[in-house]
Formats: sequence, C-alpha cells, structure tokens
Amino acid sequence: MPPSAAHGALRRAGSPFTGLGPVFMKELSDHLSSVRMSVLTLFVIAFGALPVAFALQDLRNVVISDPYLFLRIFTVAPERVGLSFIVALNFVIPLMAIGLGFDSVNSEFNRRTLSRVLSQPIYRDALLLGKFLGGLATLAVALVALWLIVLGSGLLLLGLPPRGVEVARGVGFLIVAIAYGGVWLAVSMFFSVIFRSTATSALCALGLWLFFLILWPMIASAITLGFAPTQITSIDQYTSLQELGLALQRLSPGTLFSEAVVGLLNPETRTLSFVLPIQMRGAIPEAPLPLDQSLLLIWPQVTGLIASMIVVFAAAYVVFQREEVRA
Amino acid sequence: MAENVIEARGLLKLYGSQRAVDAIDLDIQRGEIFGLLGPNGAGKTTTILMMLGLSEISGGTVNVLGFNPVREPLEVKRRVGYLPDAVGFYDHLTARENLAYTARLLAIPRSQSGRRIMEALESVTLADVADKRVATFSRGMRQRLGIAEIVMKQAEVAILDEPTSGLDPHATFELLEMIRGLKRSGVAVLLSSHLLDRVQSVCDRVALFNKGKIALMGTVVQLANQVLGAGHPILVEATGTDVAAALRGIEGVQNVAAEGDAWRVTADRDVRAAAAQRIVSAGGSLTRLADLQPSLEEVYTRYFQEARHAA
Repeated sequence: MPPSAAHGALRRAGSPFTGLGPVFMKELSDHLSSVRMSVLTLFVIAFGALPVAFALQDLRNVVISDPYLFLRIFTVAPERVGLSFIVALNFVIPLMAIGLGFDSVNSEFNRRTLSRVLSQPIYRDALLLGKFLGGLATLAVALVALWLIVLGSGLLLLGLPPRGVEVARGVGFLIVAIAYGGVWLAVSMFFSVIFRSTATSALCALGLWLFFLILWPMIASAITLGFAPTQITSIDQYTSLQELGLALQRLSPGTLFSEAVVGLLNPETRTLSFVLPIQMRGAIPEAPLPLDQSLLLIWPQVTGLIASMIVVFAAAYVVFQREEVRA
Repeated sequence: MAENVIEARGLLKLYGSQRAVDAIDLDIQRGEIFGLLGPNGAGKTTTILMMLGLSEISGGTVNVLGFNPVREPLEVKRRVGYLPDAVGFYDHLTARENLAYTARLLAIPRSQSGRRIMEALESVTLADVADKRVATFSRGMRQRLGIAEIVMKQAEVAILDEPTSGLDPHATFELLEMIRGLKRSGVAVLLSSHLLDRVQSVCDRVALFNKGKIALMGTVVQLANQVLGAGHPILVEATGTDVAAALRGIEGVQNVAAEGDAWRVTADRDVRAAAAQRIVSAGGSLTRLADLQPSLEEVYTRYFQEARHAA
C-alpha cells in the first residue's frame, strides 16, 4: 500500500469521548478526597472569610438604605483589611486552579500509569478532557461552597434576605469565577503536559500567574508610554492611547475577571472602557443598571475568559496528542 | 491450527532518519507464547506500542485480531491486555479500586465487574490483599496485579513488556507460572525481554531483535542450530580409562573437548547411551552424563559476537 493510501485511511473509528465518564468521576473523587484539596479549601476559606467577616461588620453600621446592600459583602473593601472579597478571590482562584492541575498529566507519567490507562479502550482526548472537567468540577464545588458560606453568613449577620436580582447577579459572579478558574486550570494542565517534572510545571504556572499579577501591569503601561507621542495634541490621540493601555491590560485573565465581576456586583458600573467626562453627560450618577444591561456590559470579558480557557486547553491537547507514551 | 492473532508486514518506525523499527514481518499465533528478545533499544517496546496503536506507524501494516490499530485502536485495546515495563498503579487506591477503575474504562457492567475483579485477583494470589493500598505492594505484586488486569479484561492477546525485569528469582518464577496460566486459558502471549534464560523456559517461539530488525526467529532449538551450528552437545565425567579415546570411537561424534574434569562431546545425534556403554565396557567408572540443552543465552551471545565481527 502506498503511504498516501495509508494516510488517507487515518480516520479513527469510535467516539473520542469513550471512557470520559469514568475518568471524570475518578478525577473528581481523587481531588475531593485528597489532602491537597483540604489544604486548598482551608486556604480559600481563610482568604475569603476574612474580608467577608470585616465587610459584614462595616456593613452593619451602614445607615443609608442601599438596594444592593447584599452585593456589597462581595465588593466592599473593609478598612481594617483593605482587601475586598473579590480581590481576594482574584488571588485565590488561580492558586487553587494551579494547585489542582499542575501535576495532572505528568504525575500519571511519573507513576507509570499513563501507558496502562491508555492501553484501555480510551482515546487521549477523553483522558485529557476528563481530567480537565474533573478539576473544573472540583473547583466549582469549592467555589459554590464558599459562595453559600458568604451568602449564609450575610443572611445571619445582616438579618435581611437578598433580593432575587441580587441572587441572580451572585450566580453570574459564580459562573465568571468558575470560568476564571478554568483558564488557570487549563494553563497548569498545559504545563503538566509539557514538563515531565511536576515541580517545573508548578513553578512555570505560578511564575506565569505572578507575571500577570505583578509584572504585566507595569509592562503594559511601559508599552503604552512608549507609544505615546511627545506631546498629546488631540483628544483622539489621548483616548486611543488610553484604549491601547486598557487593551494590553486585558490580555491578563485577572483583568478580565475583575472587570466582569465589578460589572456584575456593582450595578452602578456603566462602562468598563475608558470614557471622557463629556461622554457621561446626562447620565444619572449612582443609578444602577438593570441586570440585562450589566450582562451586556460584561459579555466581552466573559467570552474572553471562556475563549482563552478553550485556546489553552486546545494547545495542551495538541501537545498531548503528539507525546510519546513510553517512559 | 495456525491462526494468526497479530500480523505485521514491513512494520516501520522512523525517528527522524533513524530506523527504530526497520520493516519487520512478524506473526503471532493463537495460543502461543512468543518472545521478543534483544538488547535495550533494539525496538521491542516501539514494536509493541505500534501494535497497540499507542505510537504512530511510519510505514507497513499491522493487524491485531483482524483490526487495524491505527484506525480502530479502541477495538484493539478492548481485546488486548498490555502490561507495560515497570507497570504503575494508583498508589492511593487499593488493588480492588485500581481494577475497578479499569473495569469502568472497559465498560464492564457493574453487576459483573465485582466478581470478575475478585476472580482475577484470586488467579494471581492477590485476593487477600485486595483491599490494601497499592502503595504497600512490592514490585512483584504490582506485576501480578498487572496480570490480574489482563485476566479481568478477558483479553485474547496479552502483551507483556519486560515482565520479569527487576524481580527476585522467586517472584520471577511465580510470574512465569502465571504467564503459562494465561496460555492455558487460550490467550496468546507476546512478551519482550532481555533476560534470556527465563524467557527460554516459557516461550514457544522467539524473535531476536537487533537494531530494529528481526535477526532470527523460530523455536529455541531452531535458533541454536542456526547460530551454534547443528549438533547435540553432551557432558561426560568419567575416570579409570582413556575417556577421550573411548568417546571419539563412538559413531557420529564430531568433537571431544576437555572441560575441567569433564569432557564435552558434540555429536550429530544424542549419543548418551552409546557413551555410557563404551565407558563402562572399557572398565571406566561413569560419574556424570548430562544432556547440554542449547541455551538461548549462548545463542544470543554468539549471535551478537558474530554480528559485531561482521560489522
């Protein structure tokens, strides 16, 4: 048979999702019963509970009536901590996602279980996707638990129930948070496919996270400054420069997450892009947007997060397909 | 009945310009134990991985139980059990849980899986540690658990990559017994190894790999005849007479060589009876008479010596 004919016949038979269910269930149960998960949960609760506890104390002293008082639990930065719940989550979610994903593929390799599992009737597609979904489900379980704890303590300490629209915004926040976790889970799994050593892959994932957290804002503003003309002569020049800076910032998933969350949990947010004061003329300050308008506002950020999750996962998938299974 | 379960024709694997597996032809028959032998890096594992569809094929064809591992890897992997070199299991799970995961991947119905797992564990004498974590298992126990996985799978073909490497003699003996057990239950076994004396005792046929090519293939006796030359060596230990002269007088003897206190006789047939008679009638006392089976080790060493000289 000529080689071209052999390659023409390269269509695989059978569903790529054969065996996805068992892999997913195993990953989920492994994560949920692992010591690492307990440590991460403790970590998340400690990080999440502190701002919420102080925020609740502050909010109990608020006298003016606020229709979105409940959402303030998430967004208010208490004076004594200086860290709001959502800012804390912006730290904790990537850390947790990296903690769940950094050794997902290379540990199978190092334990020499990979070739044994792949010799069962299962494609690599199902293995990788099952691992990703298992990690994502674990993350979702932890975030939902945390969210319910915040909601419950808010009910108890504020003594007032959240309105329907507040709950809806809260659920939206939860979905955005899970998508954000998914991005970092995909990133850490990508490194776990590339590097055989778990330490290297953890280090690379954490390094990338720190890069986006600390260095990227500085680099973005430096680039923006580099593009700035020596003298700004028109308002167009000024706005385009601001927009460039913003666009660069938004390459960081953390920026997308915080923008989307602010848009959801602060109903007063009218825009996430750069606006001139003149463009705000006629707007009623402090007037909240309806939910659908807020959703419209954050839609690009949410799709950005989900798209980057898919892109990074696809990259991991491509590398994994080409990898040799032998040790 | 010579029904082939695995057929490879011109199987080729290229890493860059290097030919890791160089156009080999191989047939494995139903119910036999076939040994792939050769030094490390000769292409044994690569051949195995291509048969399972776990490594891409650069050229040629493989057919496993009527399926093409390139296009229908799931069908192949459903019917073929694979025990990788130094197999790993999930250390935090018990033996039973590890097999239960495999059973779910194989989509074995829940109503059957419990029974099949226990039967498989019993067949490799791991039933009493079924609920112990694999982390506490020795290397030999892990290999046996790997065999149990193949038993549970009810595979038609078992492919074992270096199953005895790193095992102590007792564990090796037990494992080889289990491999024979697989054969008894009708499973075709393909095993690769560089440990020759152990392989010799279980294999029906062997293939000798060298630099990606199959250098020799056949039964151990056939290989010995091919490499060491025809002839039937025996070992004689006797005193009280001119042993060498007595032995040389036997019909069919080609060569008599002193080997310590004993004599090594090469003849074109089994001359043990004649040798005994000759020495006793010459007034000597026979203290030892042994049939020297051709050893695979010898074949292997000689072959590679010759291959080096030829190069």
